Amino acid sequence: MTKILLVDDDIDFITQQEVQLRAAGYEVLIAHGVQEAMDLLQEQKADLAVVDLMMQHMDDGFVLSHQIKKTYPDMPVIILTGVASETGLEFDTSTQEERSWIKANAFLTKPVRFEQLRSEIDRLLSEK
Amino acid sequence: MESLRVLVVDDEPGMRLGVERVLRNFSVSLPEIEGDVHFEISQAETGEEALELIDSFSPAILLLDNKLPGISGLDVLEQIAGRDGDMLTVMISAYASLDVAITATKQGAFDFLAKPFTPEEIKNVVGKAARHLMLRREARRLAEEKKRLRFEFISVLAHELKAPLSVVESYLQIIADKTAGDDPEAYEKMVSRSIIRLAGMRKMIKDILDLTYIESGQKKRDFIELDLKSIAEDTIEAFTPVAAETDVTLTLQCDKPVTMIGDRGEIDIVLNNLVSNAIKYNRQGGQVTVVLDQAEGEVVLAVTDTGIGMSEQEVAKLFGEFVRIKNKKTQNILGSGLGLSIVKKIAQIYGGDIKAVSEPDVGTTFTVTLRSQAQAEANEAD
Repeated sequence: MTKILLVDDDIDFITQQEVQLRAAGYEVLIAHGVQEAMDLLQEQKADLAVVDLMMQHMDDGFVLSHQIKKTYPDMPVIILTGVASETGLEFDTSTQEERSWIKANAFLTKPVRFEQLRSEIDRLLSEK
Repeated sequence: MESLRVLVVDDEPGMRLGVERVLRNFSVSLPEIEGDVHFEISQAETGEEALELIDSFSPAILLLDNKLPGISGLDVLEQIAGRDGDMLTVMISAYASLDVAITATKQGAFDFLAKPFTPEEIKNVVGKAARHLMLRREARRLAEEKKRLRFEFISVLAHELKAPLSVVESYLQIIADKTAGDDPEAYEKMVSRSIIRLAGMRKMIKDILDLTYIESGQKKRDFIELDLKSIAEDTIEAFTPVAAETDVTLTLQCDKPVTMIGDRGEIDIVLNNLVSNAIKYNRQGGQVTVVLDQAEGEVVLAVTDTGIGMSEQEVAKLFGEFVRIKNKKTQNILGSGLGLSIVKKIAQIYGGDIKAVSEPDVGTTFTVTLRSQAQAEANEAD
């Protein structure tokens, strides 16, 4: 079964994606922060990671995606951003320049519709 | 350093030059705004010229001679009456004419100066006008600041109330669309999370009502002698079922009568917030100790928990509005972020304060001091 690692410190967001991913036939691993996610991956490997950008620190998502890519270069990472509404800073993932320094395969802006998340997951897994 | 523009209107060149010389190197020191005020001077020879310069130069202070070749000083005053802006006019008259003084004051002149005047007299009257203007501006600035803070509060509040609603809406959408499949546990989990988020929202609304109730100053406060020991016993009794859910034990330490003059509702808010926090942020099987003491016109109310504790940086920002300490240990604990700011406000009303001492993973002690006769003292001051 395909294993998805979900990393977010928002328990309700995790719950909502978790129940829907399970219903769609995925196995779901859950972590609430960078360290917990890396520890979990040591125990069991995931096929893809969905990582929130802002957790305890504003850049946790970037840090985690770098760490994942360093240790598991083949694992696709999707970063979820809700930056603009929280900080007023625009993080424009559509520009090549801003994307170039972030080691993630896809970006989705919160609030994320489950259909959107699912189709990104399927796309990245089929490209693997 | 502030600078105020002064327009001198007089048909005698010697007068204008004299005033300009006196004011050029003159400054007023205003301790109220922690600064000095200097003056930038312009001159007009006639009333007509003065009216033009009032528009283009926008003086803050107008030194206006009444006897002018064309329209008189009083005519100028009449024409500028009712205009916006915060210009102050000092009427100058060659004769200490009571008539002119009265008419000028009726027309809105700030002060009156009779010719001939000494440099000291002109400094005095301009200094007075400057002080008046600066204090008025400062008062306006403070009112604006207050308005801005209220606006900020409301916008944060709207955000904080919207967040749980969006979460619950998302859960309901999943339930309605049945996109969580047919695992009943998934649905139970979503319903229970929704209830938790709605309860948190209800608590936030209650806290906001408490806050406005305290801040409005309009509610009727009922000051009676309060027996804090029996109030604390009531609080502990009320929270015992909640504490039992996580095996937290509540104890009261109070070896002498502790009394104060106060409003029961306000003291309840203080105790409820502190005891509820001490349970929420505790560990399974932990302790909450309420200690009451009385000394020299003060009651001391300390609530200690054996919970997750906080770092020094976290303690430092604890008493602001909508402040919630966010970390892995607190992620599942709901709160409005208003409770402690409410407690602090109440403590201050009673001439006291709140302090927190904390150690991560050991626990926190909140100590509230209240003047036991604060209300009686306030009445005497009235």
